[in-house]
Amino acid sequence: MSFPRLLPAVLVGVLAASVPCVCQAQDDTQKEVERYRQLLAEGNPADLFEAKGEELWKTPRGPRKASLEQCDLGLGAGVVKGAFARLPRYSADTDRVQDLESRIVTCMVTLQGFKQEDITKNPFSAPGRPSDLEALASYVAGESKGMKLAAPLDHPKEMEAFRIGERLFYRRAGPHDFACVSCHGENGKRIRLQELPKLTDPNDARKIFTSWPAYRVSQGTVRTMQHRLYDCYWQMRHPQMDYTSEASIALQVFMAKYAKGGEIRAPGLKR
Amino acid sequence: MKRLASLTLLALAACASGPSDDEMRDDEMRQRAEQVFRESFTRGNPVIRARVEQQDDVQALCTRYRNDPPKDVAAKIESEQAASIRYPAPGHFLGDWRRGEKIAQDGYGMRFTDPDTKRPNGGGCYNCHRIAPAEISYGTVGPSLYRFGALRGTGEAVQRYVFGKIYNSQATTACSNMPRFGHNGVLTEEQIKDLVALLLDPASPVNQ
Repeated sequence: MSFPRLLPAVLVGVLAASVPCVCQAQDDTQKEVERYRQLLAEGNPADLFEAKGEELWKTPRGPRKASLEQCDLGLGAGVVKGAFARLPRYSADTDRVQDLESRIVTCMVTLQGFKQEDITKNPFSAPGRPSDLEALASYVAGESKGMKLAAPLDHPKEMEAFRIGERLFYRRAGPHDFACVSCHGENGKRIRLQELPKLTDPNDARKIFTSWPAYRVSQGTVRTMQHRLYDCYWQMRHPQMDYTSEASIALQVFMAKYAKGGEIRAPGLKR
Repeated sequence: MKRLASLTLLALAACASGPSDDEMRDDEMRQRAEQVFRESFTRGNPVIRARVEQQDDVQALCTRYRNDPPKDVAAKIESEQAASIRYPAPGHFLGDWRRGEKIAQDGYGMRFTDPDTKRPNGGGCYNCHRIAPAEISYGTVGPSLYRFGALRGTGEAVQRYVFGKIYNSQATTACSNMPRFGHNGVLTEEQIKDLVALLLDPASPVNQ
């Protein structure tokens, strides 16, 4: 696919053309990045992942040769529409709080007979190795497009997850003393040219939390919220976070509280 | 009735000494979160894992106070961190600003995909700071450092201050967002001197 590879070059061109005056550079750059996003949003490559995910969802697969159509994503077996807007949430059958990806994995294990360790060994795609989970997550998320996020925070385990997520958000560690809040605690900040959402500000959280999974232009594929968190911890000089780990879900419960009411725009489009 | 009596006793005991119920719940939650943290990073390099699992005192305090410690705690952090800075010999603060620019650009090191531990770590300074004017891709988490020397002076007192700030930012600002590059062994003394030169050498593009 030469199309996604071409895009970063176009972006560099747009940026280079936008800085006649240093004092204006920041605002102009931001505007150009926004314009570039709008141009791309009209043809988001994530559409292809949604279509592939829907096909995977409805095709009998795995040792049990079953489809995922009877998967219970929290709104009852077989209900995909609107399910993503109510995640993460407590699931009685697993007795834990689950996010979109961990719930899809549960269904792949229980309905299709896949082995958990096989599915979660390489959950993120790499060149030449596509990821079913990226496509499935795109499809399910896309089925809540336009709805308002309303992840529940009622069950004691959901409330516990929130408090754990909150604690981890502020937890500083490692050789760089980084915590999530190091980058996501103030409005209007950037790392290099990338704007950073303040995740405890509903205005920022509503826009950001509801736009993952997203097609990442720089990576030429859809990345999920699990990948976003894994990537943050990479940057924070932490070890790789386990896929669908309890901490990864607790952090999402924490973020979802501030993002409540945000309109689902997933799968989104990102740098 | 018996239950009420024991509750009253508990309350009295809490007033007399020891942690309150809230503090106990806090402590329980903290321990639970620590356990979740340990169980969520099980596959990585054991050395990196041990380092992030075990917070040092400063990291633990800044976590507890969410980077906004009370005055007495902040003062204690700052004095202890200041005392731990190892300065170069007087008159030897300035390295090479050209090497400093490379270090400021470079984000290499200590990530789990950085296998070459012989390659020096970068400082990644541009991630958060505006520095030399030619680089327009700079972050804004930290203040602009453009024209730092031209504005603040370039004498030995300023050189010492800048060296200390990069070596251990929390010596002057408890729970600063900035990594303690020297204290935590991310950058060497030589590298920090090169960064001091980038900010303060009159020939550096920062001060043109």
